[in-house]
Amino acid sequence: MYVYDNYDHTLVSERVEQFRDQTQRYLAGEISESEFLPLRLQNGLYVQRLAPMLRIAIPYGMLSSTQLHKLADISSKYDKGYGHFSTRQNMQLNWPRLEEVPDILAELATVEMHAIQTSGNCIRNTTTDQFAGIAADELEDPRPYCELIRQWSTLHPEFAYLPRKFKIAVCASEQDRAAVHVHDIGLRLKHNDAGDTGFEVLVGGGLGRTPVIGPTLCDFLPRKHLLAYLDSILRVYNQLGRRDNKYKARIKILVRALGVDTFREKVEREFDLLKDGNMTVPDSEFERMKRFFSLPDYAEIDANEASGLLRQQASEDKAFANWLKRNTHPHKQAGYAAVTLSLKPTGIAPGDATDKQMHAVADLAEQFSFGELRVSHEQNLILADVRQTDLFEVWQAARAIGMATPNIGLMTDMICCPGGDFCSLANAKSIPIAELIQRRFDDLDYLHDIGELDLNISGCMNACGHHHVGHIGILGVDKKGKEFYQVQLGGNSDLDASLGNVLGPSFSQEQLPDVIETIIDTYVNLRSDEELFIDTYRRVGLAPFKERVYA
Amino acid sequence: MPDDTQSFLIKNDRVVDADAWLFLDKEASSYPPTGAVVVPLSLWLDHRVDLLQREQCAVWLDSEQEPEPLRQDLDTLSMVAINFPVFSDGRGYSYARRLRQLGFLGEVRAIGDVLPDQLHYMSRCGFDAFELRGDKSVESALAQKSSISVTYQAGQDQPKPLFARRQP
Repeated sequence: MYVYDNYDHTLVSERVEQFRDQTQRYLAGEISESEFLPLRLQNGLYVQRLAPMLRIAIPYGMLSSTQLHKLADISSKYDKGYGHFSTRQNMQLNWPRLEEVPDILAELATVEMHAIQTSGNCIRNTTTDQFAGIAADELEDPRPYCELIRQWSTLHPEFAYLPRKFKIAVCASEQDRAAVHVHDIGLRLKHNDAGDTGFEVLVGGGLGRTPVIGPTLCDFLPRKHLLAYLDSILRVYNQLGRRDNKYKARIKILVRALGVDTFREKVEREFDLLKDGNMTVPDSEFERMKRFFSLPDYAEIDANEASGLLRQQASEDKAFANWLKRNTHPHKQAGYAAVTLSLKPTGIAPGDATDKQMHAVADLAEQFSFGELRVSHEQNLILADVRQTDLFEVWQAARAIGMATPNIGLMTDMICCPGGDFCSLANAKSIPIAELIQRRFDDLDYLHDIGELDLNISGCMNACGHHHVGHIGILGVDKKGKEFYQVQLGGNSDLDASLGNVLGPSFSQEQLPDVIETIIDTYVNLRSDEELFIDTYRRVGLAPFKERVYA
Repeated sequence: MPDDTQSFLIKNDRVVDADAWLFLDKEASSYPPTGAVVVPLSLWLDHRVDLLQREQCAVWLDSEQEPEPLRQDLDTLSMVAINFPVFSDGRGYSYARRLRQLGFLGEVRAIGDVLPDQLHYMSRCGFDAFELRGDKSVESALAQKSSISVTYQAGQDQPKPLFARRQP
């Protein structure tokens, strides 16, 4: 993974001291509340319903064991002993003290981490595929490009006071595991006929109040122009994005108002000024970045022997077989697999991990996966490079720390925002809803029979739980001061992305488990062999579900 | 226009005496016959030929006014001032950077809601004069301006991005 040099270390350390000074001036009354707001947000600090919340960047989801140990230490020293992994590949602390935040940031800096631009109206943490570098369907490893974008966007002087937040995602594989269609900018790595690397640039996608699938701005952008082109898009947005209404301030509204062709003309006017200038990235820089993400020192493994052993272990132990099926993923290196450690056991807020679990996972990564791990946007942790012959041992260790729930990709592996229990924006709670559904569907055999199903829950229109792109999406709404839940069906975040359709009038918390069960029953009745929920929905449409639920 | 009598003018990392420039209101329809005036964009566009006769001319842009209409006059103007009606309105950063990329060599002055913590990014974008809000500390502003020494991007202070400068 990327390793800081003196420049990166200096920048992050100076940033900590800068924020320490700003915090002291705020506490001394020299900086007003509203003036302090963007300063603290751009250092990761929100003030939430119950306490401040600190969002720590995990750039494109990569973590080392050392870093995870540090996150565990920080969560026990400065917080209540747990952290929350978010859908943006960040980690959030729910109870830090404002006065101590500079100290937390200083500790993070010692392990090459920060909270820069994890909040506020600026360019946020760039996200990518959690299987980057190991996926068989990938053209190239996207992480060198993500790091380049991270550096370009970090403390970018021109774009710290944008109309609204700005999120960039990169994918480089056939299957889109980074949701590039619903980001402010989505980048799809491509090769042209000559074999050169470039990107399809999507712009103005997004969830939230106005969900939009982002249109294509540029079909093939040669990689050397990546930063100049990003700069051009951002400059158009910075100048023309709406600032009078925060609900209309995202770039998707601007792109829609202008039309993508007019927007493109404006971007190209800026790009003409910048193209082939000092932002042009030379091949040597791409090569330098790639060296940080070179392949680990894989062992020579007899793949036949390894899979034979696995088959035997699986046949002797049903629970292991289930886990193997759901929680491990194919690897491009023979004899290796990726393992998802589930942060979605029933009864725990999705994405939460205790300090003990973090230490244990860091040790597992050290022992079995070259000391590295990833955070997925589905809010799980991933050991990317595990020998197949070690899987049984990893499973046992994961089970001992409660992280072996074999539900990856299944309905109970939900995406869920912190909701009304923690977030001051939320209309309704979301974590208790997740728990109610998990309890209703606690029969694992039935869950496996239902098969792959994304169930996403957001506590409000801001859609942090990505409800629009869940096969089943649940949205908390406020109805005359009471918490209700709207249900949507048919969303999808893969490359054939689609937004869900609203089923009908919303439901109370008590009704919801029955409603979900009716939806699932309807699917089970209607499906043909091997048909997944989303495929059945696409074939039969909303009507049969609506009929049954509101019967 | 903000009341500039209460502000500190910072140039070259120190406070300098307020200069002779007289800022005219955005709605102004006329200007004094002599003296150094900074006119709003609309007045400039209406009286450009006359104003160009003066020894020194300057224009100020409000936050919704792109610098594009000034393109042909960039060799002549002594100063372009950019107003921040509120510090969180970031359009001015792009205007300054664009002016510099178009080759403007005169002064680019930040006026309006200019706070100590903005000076670092402002100077990187090409501002070289700052009318700091009068209730703010000059010491803090100067300290903040130089608080970060490493820059990943190219800027007015640094013609090359870090990837073109990195030494192992």
